[in-house]
Amino acid sequence: MLYIDSISKGIVIDHIKVGYGFSIFKHLELDKADFTVALIMNAPSRKFGRKDLIKIENNIDIDLAMLGFIDPNITVNIIENEKIVEKINLSLPERVEDIIQCKNPRCVTSMERNIAHKFVLIDKKNGTYKCEYCDQIYSWED
Amino acid sequence: MLKGRHLIDPEDFSLEELDSLFALADSIIKDEDSFRNLCNGKILATLFYEPSTRTRFSFEAAMLRLGGQVVGFSEPGSSSVMKGESIPDTIRTVGSYVDIIAMRHPKEGAPKYASYYSPVPIINAGDGGHQHPTQTLTDLLTIKEVKGNFSNLTIGLCGDLKFGRTVHSLIKAMSRYENIKFVLISPNELRIPKYIKTEILDGKAIDYAEVERLEEVIDSLDILYMTRVQKERFFNEADYIRLKDSYILDREKLKLAKKDLSILHPLPRVNEISYEVDEDPRACYFDQLKYGMYIRMALISKLLGVM
Repeated sequence: MLYIDSISKGIVIDHIKVGYGFSIFKHLELDKADFTVALIMNAPSRKFGRKDLIKIENNIDIDLAMLGFIDPNITVNIIENEKIVEKINLSLPERVEDIIQCKNPRCVTSMERNIAHKFVLIDKKNGTYKCEYCDQIYSWED
Repeated sequence: MLKGRHLIDPEDFSLEELDSLFALADSIIKDEDSFRNLCNGKILATLFYEPSTRTRFSFEAAMLRLGGQVVGFSEPGSSSVMKGESIPDTIRTVGSYVDIIAMRHPKEGAPKYASYYSPVPIINAGDGGHQHPTQTLTDLLTIKEVKGNFSNLTIGLCGDLKFGRTVHSLIKAMSRYENIKFVLISPNELRIPKYIKTEILDGKAIDYAEVERLEEVIDSLDILYMTRVQKERFFNEADYIRLKDSYILDREKLKLAKKDLSILHPLPRVNEISYEVDEDPRACYFDQLKYGMYIRMALISKLLGVM
């Protein structure tokens, strides 16, 4: 069994779907962090069997829309004095920007510089989004 | 109120707003002379990043018939676009000089992106294989004129349904009316895109069928909307040879159709409608051209707020 110390002040991103922890780690640019961070993959979970989680020994701004888009089942715990002071349950955001790229080669985003890749939630149940410009349908798995 | 608005998607306007456009187009058709000076002193820019005959001419003719002026380009080689200018910069520049812009672009979503930066109304005059809302207004006005209303119709769409932007726009628009059934006639490779099925047809629980052959369904149709199937869109030669004739409307196939069928086509046609069909009273595609200009006259007037 692997043990990682609890953190005294910071953020724990919990209940990440197995296999998604590394993507989130990269999205949050934690590979460039100068504070303590831990990415734990395939940890046992009572709720899901297995899960990924990330512990961050610092208070950083987290893009909750991005996390919700990647996996709406994620829980974000805010830690102070080794205790959870706030538990944030995520949901799918109505809109996401510059998290995924539109892959349609005919989309205006494939040509213009400095254009944001924007997506709008169209189906909450299946977690599907459409490109705001060309209407192509996407989910995080895409 | 349509003054100052953009038209990017066929669903940008409510059904009431569409009705007001059709009513104005009707008035123009009946008494065009009364509208000759409506847009005096106003300027339309036609920014066509890819070639077009009908759409650009009908926009320009519409503005000139309303007494307005027209500037623009018909291919990007003659503009700053070739120097690498971005859409926002082009639109801010042109928007400083004119009162309204009609924009055609090969990239999907380009007119929508332009509308975020434009100080004047933007009309999507076709964006890639995506949408073509003024063709849809044309199609709707034609349907209204020939059928009298928009409800209780079985509409067959035949040909390239995958890349045919006029088809996508028409489905979106007609799906808002009551008791509409779509029959989608295309080769397997050129079926309607997933987003139209998910969002419009399944999303609104609209009755539709997908078939490969026009002959099998032509007798059930009130409207037949023909589009061209290009050989290069097929994945294999055998399928092309097997199906190509099915997408050519001729006198023989028309014998199976209803007496009051209305045949529409966004044009240009290549060979998908035989010339012999032109004489058939059910052929409406040349009337469609005139309606296209009248509806654009109505649209320009409403967006400029002169009517």
